[in-house]
Amino acid sequence: MTHVSVDGMVGIAAGNGFQAPGPADFEFPDIFNGNQVLLAKSSLLLVLGAIVVAAFFLITTRRLRIVPSKPQYFSEEAYSFVRNGIAQDIIGGRDYMRFVPLLTTMFFFILVNNLFGLVPFLQFAPFSRAGFAYALAGMVWVVYNGVGIARHGFFPYLKLQTVPAGVPAWILPLLVPLEFLSNLIIRPITLSLRLFANMFAGHLLLTLFATGGAYLLFHATGSFLVKPAGILSFILGILVGFLELIVSVLQAYVFTLLTATYIQGSLAAEH
Amino acid sequence: MGGTLNMVGYGLAAIGPGIGIGLIFAAYISGTARQPEMQSRLQPIAILGFALAEALAIIGIALAFVLKP
Repeated sequence: MTHVSVDGMVGIAAGNGFQAPGPADFEFPDIFNGNQVLLAKSSLLLVLGAIVVAAFFLITTRRLRIVPSKPQYFSEEAYSFVRNGIAQDIIGGRDYMRFVPLLTTMFFFILVNNLFGLVPFLQFAPFSRAGFAYALAGMVWVVYNGVGIARHGFFPYLKLQTVPAGVPAWILPLLVPLEFLSNLIIRPITLSLRLFANMFAGHLLLTLFATGGAYLLFHATGSFLVKPAGILSFILGILVGFLELIVSVLQAYVFTLLTATYIQGSLAAEH
Repeated sequence: MGGTLNMVGYGLAAIGPGIGIGLIFAAYISGTARQPEMQSRLQPIAILGFALAEALAIIGIALAFVLKP
């Protein structure tokens, strides 16, 4: 909780009472102190997440046995959860195996990065910066549109995404722009904002309870109720930590599930 | 302690998705209770509906931070 306690101390040392944490707490300074090198704690954590995921799967599947060892069993279970639970259920057919590598990588990359928010000393989920989530959703946008165009051709694909079947013709002028907006423009935005805002709100909540608890316990004066309120704030902070654990897993799952749904939608013959 | 009225507005805006998510999981729970073997089929659908309803709340919180009075 390094930067959290630092922020709390800064606010208190300045002598102007409690300062609620805000979006500024999510901005880290450049490590090399210049704006050209995009190295900060958040982007380094992203790289670390990629390394952790790659190393886990490479090491556990290095010597494959028919009777699996414990690590191999664990990584097989993790892989088959995405393969059977997401890819096969949603995309199905003969196509789903092509997307299993993408979906598996995506799920575990997001999961590990989200869990960084709860690891002591790291204490920051990179996807609580919107830019990283935008990049990920942009990738998904390129994939599902590219797959659809490759399958159907450009204009038939556009028709598939914007003209719903079985609708009377007079309502189409209203429906086509709406479908275009929701399927091709809003989708990546909600996809990225969902991941970003969940991690952002969770981290903000944790920061608020931690700094607020510290302030109430050690610095605030006045009513005798202040110190019990500080203890209550710490307890709530711990409970929110467990909530964050659920949210981290759920958001990784939802992101992967929606990616699979979008891919399925652009592969479908008619809808 | 400062703050903006945006957050109150966000609280109001979160009521709708809150009700929606409640309805979705209520339907999921009762569907699973009636036919437990359908649970694995219903789960992705429930989570998907939850994610779509939640999108409204998410857009709300983004706008609450972005829009300055």
